[in-house]
Amino acid sequence: MEANTTVAPVLTKKQLLWKKIKKSKHYYILMAPFAILFLTFTVVPVIMSLGISFSYFNLLEPPRFVGLDNYIKLFLEDEVFIIALKNTLILAVVTGPVSYLMAFVFAWLINELRPKLRSFLTLIFYAPSISGNAFLMWLLIFSGDVHGYANAFLMRFGFIDNPILWLKDPSYMMLVIIIVQLWLSLGVSFLAFIAGLKSVDKTLYEAGAIDGIRNRWQELWYITLPSMKPQLLFGAVMQITTTLAIAAVSMQLVGFPSVQYAGHTIVTHLIDYGTVRYDLGYASAIATVLFFIMITTNLIVRQILRRVGN
Amino acid sequence: MKLFKRKRKLNRSLGGDIALFAVLIFFGIFSAFPLVMTVSNAFKPLDELFLFPPRLFPRNLTFENFRDLSELIGNSWVPFSRYFFNTIFITVVGTVGHVIIASMAAFPLAKYKFPGRGIFFTLVVYSLMFAPQVTATPNYIIISSIGLIDTPSAIILPAIASSLGLYLMKQFMSQIPDELIESAKIDGASEYRIFFQIVMPLVKPAWLTLIILLFQRLWITDGGSFIFSEELKPLSYALRQIAQGTIERAGTIAAVAFIMMIVPVTFFILSQSKIVETFSHSGMK
Repeated sequence: MEANTTVAPVLTKKQLLWKKIKKSKHYYILMAPFAILFLTFTVVPVIMSLGISFSYFNLLEPPRFVGLDNYIKLFLEDEVFIIALKNTLILAVVTGPVSYLMAFVFAWLINELRPKLRSFLTLIFYAPSISGNAFLMWLLIFSGDVHGYANAFLMRFGFIDNPILWLKDPSYMMLVIIIVQLWLSLGVSFLAFIAGLKSVDKTLYEAGAIDGIRNRWQELWYITLPSMKPQLLFGAVMQITTTLAIAAVSMQLVGFPSVQYAGHTIVTHLIDYGTVRYDLGYASAIATVLFFIMITTNLIVRQILRRVGN
Repeated sequence: MKLFKRKRKLNRSLGGDIALFAVLIFFGIFSAFPLVMTVSNAFKPLDELFLFPPRLFPRNLTFENFRDLSELIGNSWVPFSRYFFNTIFITVVGTVGHVIIASMAAFPLAKYKFPGRGIFFTLVVYSLMFAPQVTATPNYIIISSIGLIDTPSAIILPAIASSLGLYLMKQFMSQIPDELIESAKIDGASEYRIFFQIVMPLVKPAWLTLIILLFQRLWITDGGSFIFSEELKPLSYALRQIAQGTIERAGTIAAVAFIMMIVPVTFFILSQSKIVETFSHSGMK
């Protein structure tokens, strides 16, 4: 008896797993198309990127193992990468939290309005993020001549005498990128917040009022935020990932490469080495560094947000 | 004009309402101004484009910019309709493929327990934490090694496996009552029938969300380094070539931006409430 009970579970465990797998075959079939594509274009590339980053690879010759050379060059010799890293972190630290707060605050304010007005404002705030190349309108706003709206405005009211070269002067480039990126940033997380606010249990507010909640700020902190923590976590992931990957706005507004690399980011650096210079080993090292920055930031912020309202 | 439902709301002060409403108006203008100008500039003659203060509504409404655009495109050796077709093809095939394939995968993930489910979903959630740019280089190698470079599939296939769509669809499907699926099973329906005939119709709001997310991504794709044949290039590429001009092209640029933005925005206007509904299930733990 004793021996039987110890041996039998080991066998049945394996058999059980096999049985379970066989029983679940329809689920695997349903998942197969997505899983194959997802593995091919997302999971395998991450592993490949890590592997290639230890090599010299230009697509024409087979990759040559170079150890940590790419990483050493990246952090010790490549001054442009350090600029890109600095710019990316500035953009992330500024636009990340600001866009996250904007998305939440606007969603929160909109939530109080009547349905028609609420839909209208949702559209107004969300539209920039799905408007394709409409952010090129900012080229006209920040145009460096007297016709640019920003220059014309500032000159008309006497703030400046000569037009500012917003897109060519390194001291203004980051400001322009931040403004445009914020304009674009009310995307998926904004919608998640709107939806989250809508689904907060209304009776909690009445109960809160009885328990002594006096104003909207207390209500926000003690009831609203804790009830929509899942959406807050989801929104944070979306915002962090987007802000650390800023590239298109920089490339199309201030140029690629920008004057003195003042608008250079990790992703534009990656694009430079990956698709212009075809130094794929080096590009992969950049990608790998970016990958770890993104994952680490996400996991840290997630830990912090989990504590909200606890 | 009772914009706030103040009387029925608890814990609200008039002063607070006014201050917060002012903030909304200010940022609403910030958000809307470039879009309104994009629309209005597309219909302005050149001499009105550079006026300050800018006119929100053109005095001499004109279709000149669109005519210039089509003329410029007419001069290129690939007919305009070809670029247009390429974009439509990539967008429609990619979006439809994404909705079907991501939903198929989302269904078992949301409703059943089976070996490998946990790890697969964890991978999906982790993939939301990094941007697709990270995998661009190896993707190029993979796509070229399976011979898809310079075909629409190079853009379509990676987009179909967009993990955000799977994630949202799975979260949305989780709220379908199990009894519905159980009773269908008792009636003898296969998993595939349950999926296509019961689950899919129930998650229509989530379709729209997946559609808009992928649609706007594919609609503006320029083919990047994956497509280099001129006759396979999408619309966005052609339009950008034209737009890379000087001041004289400002009107054309506006026309281009208008065309690129109007399609996804219109789609969102029509499906907004359904899309927001989907996001109420987007939460993470």
